[in-house]
Amino acid sequence: MNINESVRNFIESNLIAFDDDFTIDDDDNIFESGFVDSSVAMQLVVFVEGEFNIQVTDEDLDLVNFSTINRLVQFINKKNNN
Amino acid sequence: MRGQKEIKCVVWDLDNTLWDGVLLEGDDVRLKPGVIDVVKTLDQRGILHSIASKNFYDDAIKKLREFKIDDFFLFPEISWNAKSQSIAAILENLNIGMDSFIFIDDEPFERDEVKSEHPDVWCIDALKYLELPSYPRLNPRFVTEDSKKRRLMYLQDQQRKQDEKNYKGPRKEFLASLDIHLSIHEAVKEDLKRAEELTVRTNQLNATGKTFSYDELKKYMTSKRYRLIVCELNNRYGSYGNIGLALVEVLKEYYHINLLLMSCRVMSMGVGTILLTHIMQEAGKDSKKVKADFRHTGRNRMMYVTFKFAGFREVITDGNGTIVMENDLDTIQEFPPHIAITIQ
Repeated sequence: MNINESVRNFIESNLIAFDDDFTIDDDDNIFESGFVDSSVAMQLVVFVEGEFNIQVTDEDLDLVNFSTINRLVQFINKKNNN
Repeated sequence: MRGQKEIKCVVWDLDNTLWDGVLLEGDDVRLKPGVIDVVKTLDQRGILHSIASKNFYDDAIKKLREFKIDDFFLFPEISWNAKSQSIAAILENLNIGMDSFIFIDDEPFERDEVKSEHPDVWCIDALKYLELPSYPRLNPRFVTEDSKKRRLMYLQDQQRKQDEKNYKGPRKEFLASLDIHLSIHEAVKEDLKRAEELTVRTNQLNATGKTFSYDELKKYMTSKRYRLIVCELNNRYGSYGNIGLALVEVLKEYYHINLLLMSCRVMSMGVGTILLTHIMQEAGKDSKKVKADFRHTGRNRMMYVTFKFAGFREVITDGNGTIVMENDLDTIQEFPPHIAITIQ
């Protein structure tokens, strides 16, 4: 599974406002289209760290890095290249 | 400092600790004299009980049922695993810190094994079981209605998790079926004991790690300069009581959040984001912006994430690890559709 699929999988199965048949575009803002509460947000951070073996710092914790699938993929690639 | 933290859970060994005799050897085991009173007394204080025992699960549970005490023990770990692993599993299920556990066992080997893996767990010899209720760390300053109901609330939560696991439909539907109701109100006198208890007990979901005494909270409650906000949660399994607290200083241009915390029991329900939304809406009505104090305690990262993903950014970092964050209220996340919210 590539990074995009893996991130999408996680989001579609965990964000609470989504129904089972919901689909999401790579540039959809997940903080707008589905309700991301504090618990889900934390799960997302822990998922990114565990799945891709990266350390998410305080500075990284920004909506800019987490708000869409594309941004998440870019962020993960950037961290992995450093 | 270690040794100061209130104990939230007693983990019992069974053979020659909770009862005299060894179950596996076919002994006619009998509960230690007075041990039930110890269990019940602590339970009334809101202290939970669990079990780490090397036995066959079904046999041990059957025996506990015979003694009619099985309901007192949450997430019992009865297996052949190392007890350090059992305690780690209990911690995971209860969602509380290692330093709020006490482990009681008659075998020095077991105590040492736990100690070596989890130095923050307080391990004591089974000989001392009658002394437990007299230890300061097992005497919470206030025993509130919430503390008395604590075990019940965990049992309800266990049921909810089980139901969620078994639920086949979409997650959204399941959440809607829970009938979650959150009531947000300004604190009144009756809320203060529980509010103090929340500041003392909450580590993971406390934005600054600060604790406040009853008297301090009372002062804030009556001050015009501050707003002390509490929230209470109910769902179809029952009431969770007061589970969230915020202290907001009302300044000329800002609402300044001095304290924001939630009980770990509602960690999975996203109350932090809702309370932030409420405060941001209130500030917006007053044409003010919002600032918030945050302090990394090593355990409260989830609160940091909550602030950052609600659009807060760091503006000041003092030398002592305290951060001030600010939010311009450009976007305020809406309340989630699956929770009914009442604001009083």
